[in-house]
Amino acid sequence: MIRFENVTKRFGAKTVLDDVSYEIEKGETFVIVGRSGAGKSVSLRHMIRLLTPDAGRIWVDGECISEAGGAELERILGRFGVLFQSAALLQWLNVEDNVCLPLRQKTNLPEDEIRARAAEKLALVGLEGAEQKMPADISGGMRKRVGLARAIVTRPEIILYDEPTSGLDPVISRQIDLLIDDLRRHLGVTSVVVTHDLYSALHIGTRVAMLHEGKFVVCAPPEEFIASRHPVVRDFLQAQGIAGLQDVRKAFGK
Amino acid sequence: MITREPQIFDPPPNVFASAGRGIILACQGTGQALLMLLGAAAQTPHLFSRKNRDDVMRQLYLVGIKSLGVVSVVALFTGMILALQVGLELRRYGQENNIGTLVCVSMLREMGPFMTGLVIAASVGSAIAAQMGTMTVAEEIAALDVMSISPLRYLMMPRLVALAVMMPLLTVYTNLLGIFGGAIVGATQLGISLEAYFDNAFRYAENKDLYVGLFKAFLFGLIIVTVACYQGFTATEGAVGVGRATRRTVIVSFLLILVVGYFVTRMFYQ
Ligand SMILES: Nc1ncnc2c1ncn2[C@@H]1O[C@H](COP(=O)(O)OP(=O)(O)OP(=O)(O)O)[C@@H](O)[C@H]1O
Ligand SMILES: [Mg+2]
Repeated sequence: MIRFENVTKRFGAKTVLDDVSYEIEKGETFVIVGRSGAGKSVSLRHMIRLLTPDAGRIWVDGECISEAGGAELERILGRFGVLFQSAALLQWLNVEDNVCLPLRQKTNLPEDEIRARAAEKLALVGLEGAEQKMPADISGGMRKRVGLARAIVTRPEIILYDEPTSGLDPVISRQIDLLIDDLRRHLGVTSVVVTHDLYSALHIGTRVAMLHEGKFVVCAPPEEFIASRHPVVRDFLQAQGIAGLQDVRKAFGK
Repeated sequence: MITREPQIFDPPPNVFASAGRGIILACQGTGQALLMLLGAAAQTPHLFSRKNRDDVMRQLYLVGIKSLGVVSVVALFTGMILALQVGLELRRYGQENNIGTLVCVSMLREMGPFMTGLVIAASVGSAIAAQMGTMTVAEEIAALDVMSISPLRYLMMPRLVALAVMMPLLTVYTNLLGIFGGAIVGATQLGISLEAYFDNAFRYAENKDLYVGLFKAFLFGLIIVTVACYQGFTATEGAVGVGRATRRTVIVSFLLILVVGYFVTRMFYQ
């Protein structure tokens, strides 16, 4: 579905992605973990053309998004829903209008249909009743959930999440994790998730990838990821007190 | 897409390289800003579409109505200062009854659009730059780009329309208040009756004076919105960058208003 082909990206002297190649399959939840500043957000931004590689190409379903332009680019981007790390809500629109925005601007649906869809997504992220609040008046976690509702309101095939659960309380975090998992199970959505939370990574991911010094040092299904002997992975697992998958299952109450 | 890759340069080896780079970047920026203006202008047919009309209305209101207060004070006092300064001088030659013409012609041709331009650049222009800049550094512009909601259509076009429409209208208002301010000073300080003042004022002013002034005002509107949106959309580095975008917007629009104003005058009065 999304394929990185020998992608290299530098900012000045710093190489953030170093000849990276991998493919994310359709219907997969691909989780990227890594230290702060490892280049996780940079990877995501390449998939939606906010950055272009210095070398290499990025393919979305056989179309090269890193070189597309005009109508083709718009069509490819239309398949994506994106939750930004900072939620990126428009400050002068209330919660409901923010979620309605992509439908109002890019479709000709009737107004009541638009509002019904927005209400449905807001309920999914647990925000019914907050429709009229302004982004400045709600907590960071709520903003993030509004951003999530906006990302899924257009029913995209591919959803990118940049730290969907950071800044959320543990209960809501688990709720969001379950939502991401539901979208994959029931709607076959392909997801790419960037997170620091290994519990959630190992729970929702069909594959987990560790980004370190410009490379994916490990990229494997959760069982294999946990068993990895790579020192960076071990440090990460240890820091969050995960010895095996049973710890993750316990955290999700299974 | 409006979102641009960050440009990272090696530090320039010497002062010539640094000057050269500055010139190249300035030319690049001018070109990009003009392209933005054209891009937004190409969206004006969507003015009344269901997707944009609310924003257009809101911007018309913000630019036109919200600025009235400060524009009024500036206009009134511009006319008063003109009348007082020139009137006192003219009185020495016994010519103070021509003060009406002087105030009227200089308001219409020059001071009306000029003062309106400065006030709007400092208030509306800086506000646009700050808002667009904040949106850029908070990734809101990037989010719009990814949703394929063109910032040129959704954000810049309504502001372009608002300034292109409101600058000439506000200028008419400034002209009227300025001439009126001159009349007050004439009546209270120079002993010229209102009747004589207005009679004198409109006898020598031509329609051309009004039109050239309004044309200037229209151009100033385009300048302000283009500079402000360009600076906003290219802001980087968080709050500092937003401050820089705002400051540059005010400075660059002031300079362009002065220079363009001069050349338009030269074009029509030679
Ligand atoms: N616009 C930019 N200009 C210069 N350098 C950048 C830019 N964007 C990212 N970088 C650099 O790329 C590296 C990776 O940044 P990125 O935002 O991808 O980190 P991250 O893995 O998402 O970290 P975090 O978990 O803190 O969000 C950082 O070292 C950063 O300095
Ligand atoms: Mg990040």
